Amino acid sequence: MIPLGHYLIVSAVLFAIGSAGVFLRRNLITILLSVEIMLNAVNLTFVAFGRQHGTVDGQIVVFFVMTVAAAEAAVGLAIVIALYRHRESLNPDAFTALRW
Amino acid sequence: MLALIPLFPFAGFLVNASLGRRLPKSVSGGVASAAMVAAFAVAGTSVLALAGMPPGRRAVEETVYTWIASGEFVLDLTFRLDPLSAVMILVVTGIGALIHVYSTAYMHEETDPEYARYFSYLNLFAAFMLVLVLGANFLVLFVGWEGVGLCSYLLIGFWFRKKSAADAGKKAFIVNRIGDYAFVLGMLLLVTRFGTLDFQRLAAVVSAVPPEQGVCGAVSMATLLLFIGATGKSAQIPLYTWLPDAMEGPTPVSALIHAATMVTAGVYMIGRNAVLFSHAPETMLIVAVVGAVTALMAGTIGLVQNDIKRVLAYSTVSQLGLMFLAMGVGAFGAGIFHLYTHAFFKALLFLGSGAVIHALHGEQDIRHMGGLKRSLPVTYWTFLIGSLAIAGVPFLSGFFSKDEILYETFREGHLLLWVVAAVTSLLTAVYMFRLVFLTFHGERREGATGTHAGATGDHDGAIPPDVGATVHRPGADSHRQDAGSHLHDAPAAMAVVLVVLAAGSVLAGYIGVPHAIGGHNRLGEWLAPSFQVAAAEGGEALAPVEPVEEGGAAGGEAALELSLMGVSSLIALAGIGLAAFIWLRRRQLADAMASRFPALYRLLLNKYYVDEIYDAAVVQPIRIGSQEGLWRGFDVRVVDGVVNGTGVAIAAGSAVLRRLQTGSVRTYAGSMFIGVVVILGYYLWR
Repeated sequence: MIPLGHYLIVSAVLFAIGSAGVFLRRNLITILLSVEIMLNAVNLTFVAFGRQHGTVDGQIVVFFVMTVAAAEAAVGLAIVIALYRHRESLNPDAFTALRW
Repeated sequence: MLALIPLFPFAGFLVNASLGRRLPKSVSGGVASAAMVAAFAVAGTSVLALAGMPPGRRAVEETVYTWIASGEFVLDLTFRLDPLSAVMILVVTGIGALIHVYSTAYMHEETDPEYARYFSYLNLFAAFMLVLVLGANFLVLFVGWEGVGLCSYLLIGFWFRKKSAADAGKKAFIVNRIGDYAFVLGMLLLVTRFGTLDFQRLAAVVSAVPPEQGVCGAVSMATLLLFIGATGKSAQIPLYTWLPDAMEGPTPVSALIHAATMVTAGVYMIGRNAVLFSHAPETMLIVAVVGAVTALMAGTIGLVQNDIKRVLAYSTVSQLGLMFLAMGVGAFGAGIFHLYTHAFFKALLFLGSGAVIHALHGEQDIRHMGGLKRSLPVTYWTFLIGSLAIAGVPFLSGFFSKDEILYETFREGHLLLWVVAAVTSLLTAVYMFRLVFLTFHGERREGATGTHAGATGDHDGAIPPDVGATVHRPGADSHRQDAGSHLHDAPAAMAVVLVVLAAGSVLAGYIGVPHAIGGHNRLGEWLAPSFQVAAAEGGEALAPVEPVEEGGAAGGEAALELSLMGVSSLIALAGIGLAAFIWLRRRQLADAMASRFPALYRLLLNKYYVDEIYDAAVVQPIRIGSQEGLWRGFDVRVVDGVVNGTGVAIAAGSAVLRRLQTGSVRTYAGSMFIGVVVILGYYLWR
């Protein structure tokens, strides 16, 4: 059996990749995808712990997370399309009108 | 029953204040006068019932309700009728009713709403004055005390469109506030020391301790503070300056408030607390000295004033000074006696001067009068009687009361004060007859000096404005001709009042004829229980002491009293003679004196510059201090600075903080990320 530490390392790497994507990429769709990676990194952690403890609690939480992720993707992509129609751009730095 | 006495005028006030605008003059004047007559009737029956009781136990108390109950301290709204307040309510309602009747004619030129406003104030004044004299404790007295002050302000400034009248009203109000402040302090001191404000209980508590020495004791301090309150209300040094200015009000107001009733409140208050004051000999001495000095000072000013009402105003201040002198030497009965006779003849003199002013369409300067004897016979004769009475001519009312004051002062050993009072009597006779001779005798001087037009211009506002606005005013020529040819004497309502008051001025003194000339001082006996601790409280009836003392003193003191009486009669006659000599025979003598001693004349004419001194010493420093220090300094800098500073600081702070809101989503995400890492880190490595 693969020990728990390996799952966690993979999960941490995935999470780091996701957050790096959120901060570094200049494309809103890529950012949304990076967020999905972060969410799935967390999912992996949940499932790993659930398996370790021999319970289904972790998998239940993962279902919730996946539901939220689907909703987030739907809303997020809708907003991205609206923004693109408005500005002809997907660079998040172009959308700074809501400030002082 | 007692509560009815102030309630009648108060009801009259309510009627005139609420409906007055729509009532014709006959109704509003009639309601006001009827209210006073009704109050007089109730007062009369109450006093008759009081007289039926045994002497020494004459007192009726009536508690309307408990006003304040706080732990040990209980204070009722109580009216109390005893011999002293009996005299006062008869004077207030009696003279008050007469003056109301007089006013119905005097104020007839006013428009209906103004007329009703006048009578509503007058009735309100009477109601408060009756509360003042009927109150059984200091707080009820103080309610009346403040109420009459308010009405005095309203009535002095009755013609408020004229600036001088409005200013005079304010001056009266503010000067009185100074006195009232001391009065409140005095009351607080009494409450804290003796736990009660009831006159009877205070007297009982205080009479148990021996008289205090010095002015630092509680009783001395309290009475001194109360006396400062009295100097405000009763126009004594140092707070008398408002009274002469108060002559801006309608003349009947001067008669009622500033001669007969309100200004005597201070004298009454001392009489009411005779036991208290008797236990503070130092305060009594101060009262006597202040009274005597005021009497003399006001008398000298009265000698040179040219406004008919101002002469009478200074005369009032002077006579009030004599009353305080009497109070100060312990002759409470004599002081109240003079208060009572003074109410008659001073009201008469003021109303007489009102008739003159009325006839001359607002002229108040005696230099422009003269020779009115023939055209105004009723006014002349009644005015003459009043002047004789105030001058102290034998067997008129003023003689008896003034003589009693002089005698008591002498008997108590205050020789210097007696001399001052005697000189004041001489001055009284001189300035009163100067007034009579200049106004009624000789030739009509109107227009003779050529300054008439200018002079009337000065006094224009001093007239009831509607009198001034009638046909007589605009054309100076027609006015002069008209005024010269047929001056009308006082109309019926005024004439009747003048005659009644003249009769009173002659006869009022006969209830207090001294023993020395075979009389019987009924008033003194009647009042005596009011100046002692209530017999009912102590059980020992103190009333009989007085007659015994008087009887025993009859022998040696009668001679003294007779000789003093002779002296004061001579003084009065000499004063009249002097006035006759100067102002009937040698008119130029007065002018020669004036030009001979220009400094003295100017000093007197300008009233010793007291107003100017007060202005420089008190008014201007307060004005400048308020303007520069409190307004421009504290209010603008500190208060406004704090308020505006708060706003500016918040604006500056947010200008810095709002930089954080960049609008960049990534910055927000970054800060969230860092925040989560920091919080997690804190919990993990704690």
